[in-house]
Amino acid sequence: MTGYLRNDGRKGIRNVAVVVYLVECAHHVAREVVFPNREHGVHLLGFPGCFPNAYAHRMLHQLCTHPNVGAVLLVSLGCEGFNRRELLQGIRATGRPADVLVIQETGGTRRTIAEGRAWIAKALEQIAATPRVEFGVSDLIVGTVCGGSDATSGITANPAVGRAFDLLVKNGARVMFEETGELIGCEQIMAARAARPELAPELIACVDKAARYYTTLGHGSFAPGNAEGGLTTQEEKSMGAYSKSGNSPISGILKPGDVPPASGLYLLDVVPDGEVRWGFPNISDIQEIGELVACGSHITLFTTGRGSVVGSAISPVIKICANPETYRRLSEDMDVNAGRILAGEATLEEVGREIYDRILRVAAGEQTASEALGHSEFSLVYKSFEPLGPACLAG
Amino acid sequence: MSEQTDARLLRLHPADNVLTVISTLEPGAQIQIGGIQATVTVRLPIGHKVAARAIAAGEKILKYGAPIGSASAPIAAGEHVHTHNLQSDYLPTFLREDQDRYFVKSHQQQHQQQQQ
Repeated sequence: MTGYLRNDGRKGIRNVAVVVYLVECAHHVAREVVFPNREHGVHLLGFPGCFPNAYAHRMLHQLCTHPNVGAVLLVSLGCEGFNRRELLQGIRATGRPADVLVIQETGGTRRTIAEGRAWIAKALEQIAATPRVEFGVSDLIVGTVCGGSDATSGITANPAVGRAFDLLVKNGARVMFEETGELIGCEQIMAARAARPELAPELIACVDKAARYYTTLGHGSFAPGNAEGGLTTQEEKSMGAYSKSGNSPISGILKPGDVPPASGLYLLDVVPDGEVRWGFPNISDIQEIGELVACGSHITLFTTGRGSVVGSAISPVIKICANPETYRRLSEDMDVNAGRILAGEATLEEVGREIYDRILRVAAGEQTASEALGHSEFSLVYKSFEPLGPACLAG
Repeated sequence: MSEQTDARLLRLHPADNVLTVISTLEPGAQIQIGGIQATVTVRLPIGHKVAARAIAAGEKILKYGAPIGSASAPIAAGEHVHTHNLQSDYLPTFLREDQDRYFVKSHQQQHQQQQQ
């Protein structure tokens, strides 16, 4: 297996260019730059807000310097609050081709689209020459998320991902699980798996923060479809979601944009710090995937019972379908049929091994279902975080 | 726990007092729960839960060997366990039919705040 070596020494499994709008007002122009190139590994990212936000800046920096990204074109309207110069300097410091087009200076919609497409054409030629180097499991960072959950998720797909996570950690990979709002009710069980005693209270504090946040908003991380799928309470959904983490010790806590420092299992704390200011911590599954990618994940394992169809910009998504009836309806969108476990046709261990093998093939270049269908969703909204506490990562 | 439990029902942990339906059950279907026979009264799609034994109101419901909430009503063995008789000990569960109520409530709160 080989990967793409970036000038900063990080290794990717894809070689994409990204076009990034820095305010919603530049979204159309950026999308038009991407459109003719959408099947040639050019993805669209962006931030809709006009007001600056440190979290959004860090997210875009981490995404634009992700090892799967070879080149970056920023598209600014011109008057928005985003610090485009600092973002551009940060990306160029990693040695990638990067540039910014300011619509107000370039001379409007048509000229900016034309210049953007010309820039991308050149950038694609440049990044095609990116050196390939040996890439092993110990180079891999893998995240997991569940979406469109039903009560089969926590019996088949989620514990099967847990088995795959255990195999990845055993072989030296870095893996992450997240959405602390979906760990409400299992905080004590989870804290018992802390790799260091001082980490245990931090794990509980993460979930307490999520419970406070969601209680203030009056709505848990629980959609009507979850109940229609047989899930009754937040705790029940949580116990199912928690099983994605497998059985490895928990090595540390990350916040969005933090790259896991060493092999092991990490919890990504996605709920903002401080007062409840920004609405729901993650407005959809897409934003959760974006945060895992910003933490460096090369691949995201997405488990679904009701049947999500999404993919992601930058890093491929492997979809693991928990419910055999959903799989029959949506098989074109799924990579792994974990519902076979319910029919007694496969064990959790077998599906866990199948997921692990699929990860290696996708890392080696095989397209996932969502990649083949052209999915490259992205979403980013306002949040704020304080720095990690000293107990969150090993010193 | 009991060998006599139906193959269409899955017990995830020995301590559990609910079982998970792993093959959709239609109304009228007969299910076996630890030697007791029960009749299914509502359609139970894959993933839904039934009581493994009689459960008193207020008792913890256990799944995966962990509490997932408390019974809000007495539940008979074999009965569907869902939002009508099980409540979270943390956060209320939000259903599609609650949507009108949720938006009307938020709108009223905003209106009151504006008047203050």
